[in-house]
Formats: sequence, C-alpha cells, structure tokens
Amino acid sequence: MPHPKTWLKVCPQGLYCEPGGFFIDPTRAVDRAVITHAHSDHARPGHRAVLASAGTLALMRARLGEGPAGLTQQALGWGERLRMGEVTLWLEPAGHVLGSAQVAMEYRGSRAVVSGDYKRTPDPTCDPFVPIPCDVFVTEATFALPVFRHPPPDHEIARLLASRALFPERTHVVGCYALGKCQRLIALLRGAGWHEPIYLHGALAALCAVYEQQGVALGELRAATAAAKDQLKGAIVLAPPGAITDRWARRLAEPVVALASGWMRVRQRARSRGVELPLVISDHADWDELNATVDEVGAPEVWVTHGREEALIHCITQRGVRGRALRLVGYSDEDDEGLSEEAAA
Amino acid sequence: MIAFADLLERLVFTPGRNAKIALLRRYFASEPDPDRGIGLAAVTGELAFTAAKPGLIRELAAARTDPELFAWSYDYVGDLAETVALMWPGKPTNAAPPSLTEVVETLETAPKSELPGIVAGWLDASEPSVRLALLKLITGALRVGVSARLAKVALAEMTDGRVAPDDVEEVWHGLAPPYAALFAWLEGRGVRPDPADAPVFRPPMLAHPLEPQDRVSLDARDYRAEWKWDGIRVQLVATPGGKRLYSRSGDDISGAFPEIVDAMNFEAVLDGELLVIREGEVAPFADLQQRLNRKGVTAKMLRDFPAGIRLYDMLFEGSEDIRPLPFDARRARLEAWHARVRPRLMALSPLIAFDSIEDLSAIRDDARAASIEGLMLKRGDSAYVPGRPKGQWWKWKRDPLTIDAVLMYAQRGHGKRSSFYSDYTFGLWREDGELVPVGKAYFGFTDAELAMLDRWVRNHTTARFGPVREVERAMVLEVAFDAAQLSTRHKSGVALRFPRIARIRTDKPAAEADRLETLMRLVENRAAEAGAAVA
Ligand SMILES: [Zn+2]
Ligand SMILES: [Zn+2]
Repeated sequence: MPHPKTWLKVCPQGLYCEPGGFFIDPTRAVDRAVITHAHSDHARPGHRAVLASAGTLALMRARLGEGPAGLTQQALGWGERLRMGEVTLWLEPAGHVLGSAQVAMEYRGSRAVVSGDYKRTPDPTCDPFVPIPCDVFVTEATFALPVFRHPPPDHEIARLLASRALFPERTHVVGCYALGKCQRLIALLRGAGWHEPIYLHGALAALCAVYEQQGVALGELRAATAAAKDQLKGAIVLAPPGAITDRWARRLAEPVVALASGWMRVRQRARSRGVELPLVISDHADWDELNATVDEVGAPEVWVTHGREEALIHCITQRGVRGRALRLVGYSDEDDEGLSEEAAA
Repeated sequence: MIAFADLLERLVFTPGRNAKIALLRRYFASEPDPDRGIGLAAVTGELAFTAAKPGLIRELAAARTDPELFAWSYDYVGDLAETVALMWPGKPTNAAPPSLTEVVETLETAPKSELPGIVAGWLDASEPSVRLALLKLITGALRVGVSARLAKVALAEMTDGRVAPDDVEEVWHGLAPPYAALFAWLEGRGVRPDPADAPVFRPPMLAHPLEPQDRVSLDARDYRAEWKWDGIRVQLVATPGGKRLYSRSGDDISGAFPEIVDAMNFEAVLDGELLVIREGEVAPFADLQQRLNRKGVTAKMLRDFPAGIRLYDMLFEGSEDIRPLPFDARRARLEAWHARVRPRLMALSPLIAFDSIEDLSAIRDDARAASIEGLMLKRGDSAYVPGRPKGQWWKWKRDPLTIDAVLMYAQRGHGKRSSFYSDYTFGLWREDGELVPVGKAYFGFTDAELAMLDRWVRNHTTARFGPVREVERAMVLEVAFDAAQLSTRHKSGVALRFPRIARIRTDKPAAEADRLETLMRLVENRAAEAGAAVA
C-alpha cells in the first residue's frame, strides 16, 4: 500500500494528486482543479477543468464569472464516486460554507482526505461535516491554539439582540465576510426570531441571492445604501469588515459596530479594529473541534495545510499521531474570518 | 458574576459616554442586592484586593495546562489573565459560577493557602468572560474606564429624573458597599441616606468661558477677580467624621497627598487649587503631574514635588453650610478663618484689584507665568451653586500660544469618529531638516474641517500602520496650546498642554512651517528642569 506522501505532493501551485492528475485548491491557474470551497483563497480564477460540489460551482460563477470559474465545470454529489486516472475520488461535506467539501482520494488501497476549511458546529446554511476514516488527514489549523474555543453561536446572536434591545435607536452594523458568514448570520438571526428586514451592504447581495437559489431561505433583505438614515434606526445591517468603520458607515444612525469573527475571541484583536460589540462566530473549527476531528478520523498521520500548525502538531504528537506541516502558501484565513482591512469586493 | 462579566465586556469596548451610562443603568436596575452594590464598588475602583497576585494565576495555569501550549497562547494573547481565562481546561462540574458577593466574602475570609483551590473551582464553573472578570477582579487589575462620576449619573438615571447626579454625589462618600440604602432611596423604597458627619464631596460650582461678546456687557463693579491657576481644582473636606481631599470630579485623592490631609486640622469644606509649590513659587503643571494618579507616595516625591493649596472659597465653616451666602460674604469668612486658623501649606488665592474690564485685560496679557492660565471673574453676589449657572462665574484664559506645524500622521478616532482620521500628529522642522513630532491634537476643528482633513489624509497617504496613516509632509496646521514644557517622555523633548487645531493653513507651504527652536523658546520650565537635574 503506497504511503500518501508518494502520490499526494506539495507543488508551488498547491497540493497535487499525481496518479489522478489534478490539483486541490491550487493557488495558480492549472489544467485540472478540484475545489473544496468557493472562498477566494481556495477557488482561484482561470483553471481549465474544475470539479467541485454544485453549491461551490454556483458560488464560483457568481464571484468569478462564467469563464474564469472554469472552462469546463463538473459537479459531484456527496459521496458520488468518480474515477480520475488511477484514483477514486469523492466529496463529503465540510460544514464550512455552502457547498464546502472534503476531498477523499483512494489510490491502491491507501486513502487520504483533504478537508479544506471546516467546522463542526451545526450551521443552518450548509451540510454538516462528515468524518471519513483515512490514512492521512489533511487539515487546516486557523484557530489551532487552546485560547480559541468558540462559544455557541446562539449565545453570540443573543448578545447582539440584547444590545439591539438596549439601544433600540441605534443601527447595529455587523461586519462579516461576504461568503458564508453573512448568510449564516442571517439564518441565525432568523432562527432567533428576528423577522425584521435585514439591510445589506451592496457587496453582500449577490452571494445571498446564490444561497437563496440553492435553497437557503434568508427572509426579507434590503439594500442599506438605498435606505434613509431614519429607516436604519434600530435596524441590523450587515457589511464587509472593511466597511463597518469606514466612510460607508456614516450613513448609519449612531452605529453600534459589531464584527463576527473567530478572531474576536482575543480582546486586542477587537480593540484594534474599533469594534464595540465583538461577536465570536467562526466558520472554522476551534481548538477542541480540530483535536476531536483528528481523533475521530483515526488517521495515524495528519498534515496541516495552513494556520498555527505548531500547537496542533505538538498536541497530536503526544497522542501518538504523526504530524507534518505542509506550510502551503497563499491561503489567508485572516480574510475569510473578517480581518482584512478594506471592504471585500 | 455572569451579569457583571457581561457588563465589563461591554464597557471595555464601548467608547460612547451615553452608551456606557445605559449599560450601567441596566446592570443596576436588573441585578439584585447586594451583588449590584459590589459591582458598583468594583467599577468605581473602591474594591481593592491584594490576596491574589499574578503569581497565583501563573501557578494555576502551570497546574492545568501544557507549558508549551501555554507559552504559545500567552505569546499570542499578550495578557496573562486573558490567556488563562480563554485556555482554562475546565473540569466538568455542576457548580454555578460564583456570585460577586460570594467572591468578595470568600476573599476576605479564606486562608491564603486555600485560595488556589477555591479559584480553580470558580474557574471550572465559569465561561471565559466570567473567568476573565474573576481573574482581573481578584488580582486588583480591573480597569473599566468608568469614572465615579459616570456611575453616579447612571444611578441617577434609574430614577428618571427624580434624583439628580449631584444629589447622589452629596450622599456618596458617606456610604459603603454594597450601598443597600442608596439603592433603596433611588428605587423609592427608602429615605435619602443621611451623610451626617461623613466627609462627603459637594458638587462644585463651575465657570463659563468668557467670550468677547460676554465681555462688553460686564459691569466691572459687580465682579471680583482671581488668578486662574494651572493646577487641579480640589475640595478639602474636614469633618468630625474624617478628612478627605477630592478632585473636581469627586475622586478621592487623599492617598496621593498625605501632607495636605495632615494639615487639615480644622472643621470646614474649602475650595482651592492644588499645586506644587517650592519656596513660595508655584511650579509648572508637569511637576504636579508627577504626584497625580498614584495611590501612594514616597518620601522623595514629597521632598521633590511639595504640594500646597491656594484657597479661593469656603462652603462650610464648622458644620455651617455657607453656600447660600454671596461670594463677598464667603470670602470675608474665608479670610477671617484663615487668619485665625493659619493652616499649614495653605495660602489664600489673592483677589486682584482692578478698575475696569480693560484694566483686567492688560493684567491678563501680562500674566505669562507658567503657573497661571488666566483669570477668574466671580460675581460678588453669587451664591455657591453646584453646576454651571449662567452669568455668575467666568474663566478668562489668556490667549493661547500658537505654532504652525506640519501634519505627519493621522489616526482613526473612536466612537462616532471611527470612520474619520481625526487624531493628528504634527511636527516641526529641526535644524538638520528633519521633521520631529511634537504633539497630537484631536479637537479644535469643525465637522466640515474634519471631513476635509479626513479626505486629505486618505488622498495623501504614504504608508499605513494599522489604524495609523503616514501622510505627505504638505499640510500645515496652526496649533494652539496653553503651555510648552520640557519633557523626557517625548522624542522632541517638549510637551504641549491642551494642543488643538486652531486653523488649517492650506495657504502655507510646509517648508515655511515653524522650527523646533521657535517652540523651545516658548518652553517655561527650562530653569526649573535645570535645577531639578542638579538636585
Ligand atoms: Zn474558507
Ligand atoms: Zn482557508
């Protein structure tokens, strides 16, 4: 049985499955790409053939345009087996954002799973993570420090609504990443009984429409730009993180500035962004989820793509799991967790 | 502890005064006694714990966490208590988080050796935000950013206007945590607490700035004039129940000025200016600053920065409230009392003789001493009324000094200004052609000027460091300030007092802005500094 390191390789473009002839989430344009999810650092434009879940492909077309999203696109359903060269490949949900997938590969009896970005907390806008037993598990490590333990998202939404009740005249503007976090926040708010219209910054509308087309109901959404200041009193407005303390926010009524991100767990991070109401809501696995997932898939070897690999590897080594840092460049989960300084396009 | 931790969490990130008041009000209105009273004491800094040291937190962490994971985490978070609060691996427990009351009572009674076990149990039962509040509280590191005054305004708001903040102020210092009688009064369930002989703070009477249009209508005969000292205004309260020195905002600063409190061997409530005074000479404000914001004081500080008082009003003589008397009558009582009692370290702030407002104007222009900010004008018939009654007292500051400086950096503001680059660092040219920063200003401009500066900053950015932008050296700002003093803490060696933007000089090329040496000529404490260096 060939060890996965003999057939799954780190190249300048990203992870390459040699006997299958495809890259996973390549950071440069390639001939054949398998894409885990539609975040911009994982789904780059310009590949010739793209294989992904239907949800991911729809989001890629909305973000990148028909051509740049892949000249030929192939959608694969959950668990559907596909032969690529000498490799059998299938996708299972990763629970990160709509359409996000883990890529499972089998080659001559040896199995590797590339999980992409993932989380274990239930998310009403995407299918839940499915653990796949494997020989090598490839994981992210965005929040791989024991200080990152995300509280239940309902708890954070309750804090937002409590603040809205205390300051009913002020606009609550919540900074959130345009893909995933935004729609999850809306769904969480609806689930918590917030049925008022939710106002959106222009950069968020298009992807919300894709979610709706994919069957995720979001309730009444309105354009914040078109609303009068008076209308926004007491409203909840969602905007890209870069806009919440920028000129755009001047249209809002005495805003309470909130930001939804796993990074908000650390006070200094919230303070440096001028956030008044930090909401710890993340689309990435926290420390406990990362460790539990490694244990659950039972892989004797774990590769870490990006993030704080040293703490995770230190910890799993003590449990007898071999760890390897891939140090893939080009992935930035500061961005998809809402820390980039300027408004997302 | 849960509601208290929530409150702290919100207060820490909330810039707006009104929002802070709303948060405090909700907390006081919804929490039960005695917890809310202890919470009140905690946010106003009246709870001081010394039982637990940061060392205890380290020991707890060492016992429960992997040293490498702890080191990485601490390195990332940067704050010991926060690191432990976040990474604490709780043991499953059915215990509820402790109440504030339980925490306070336990800390007062538990033997020191049992403390680590007790605290660990509390941490196990709590969520991260409660753990953080707990660790900050027990190590005496709770910094909330709420003044005592703000808490009193929030307390008064509980009554929807029935009780004013100044009413709370009047009874405040006679009360002690958990303030059950205070809350009963505020909620209409009890009588107003009687401060009796307690040395309580009396809300001060304040002055309006004297604008040119006010000046024309003044009749010189109605007014008395005093120097406006550049120190801090204080209230000296000595009653049979105790002796206190309060700042203008009602903070008890007795601990920082023991020599003044020692000298208060009388029964009276006095209004005056706290200053550093060496051999009868009033030192600049920078010297007084060495004594402020300290809980204790060393013998060396007492010697190097000796404090004294210039008295200008009397509120109580003995137990008699003389605030309803006119200023002239109070002044006469103050002078007679001072001649009789002769309190150490306290002199009368003299009345300045003048015939006309023009006369005064000349006196004000001549007063360039560092210790004098200008003049105070007080109506001879004015009763001592808390707050800022119209037309009674005026402050007439001398004209500010100005420099033309070059904008170097701009930083985003806070709260309502968080979308604007509203904090400006400006510099002056040194002889070698380098521009050195000399100060920072964040007010003095109109909304329209702010919008214009914000736009200019965005269009002329040369580098960015987080919330700060470095800009082209092309914008000249006329900066007004009250005084310039030598300072070792500033790169330029000089510190400005109350710098503000007076004008935007788009007409002036940056190369023609002022030089550092021009500013150095305006420095007031050069001699004093040289003297201090010798000593
Ligand atoms: Zn992602
Ligand atoms: Zn990622």
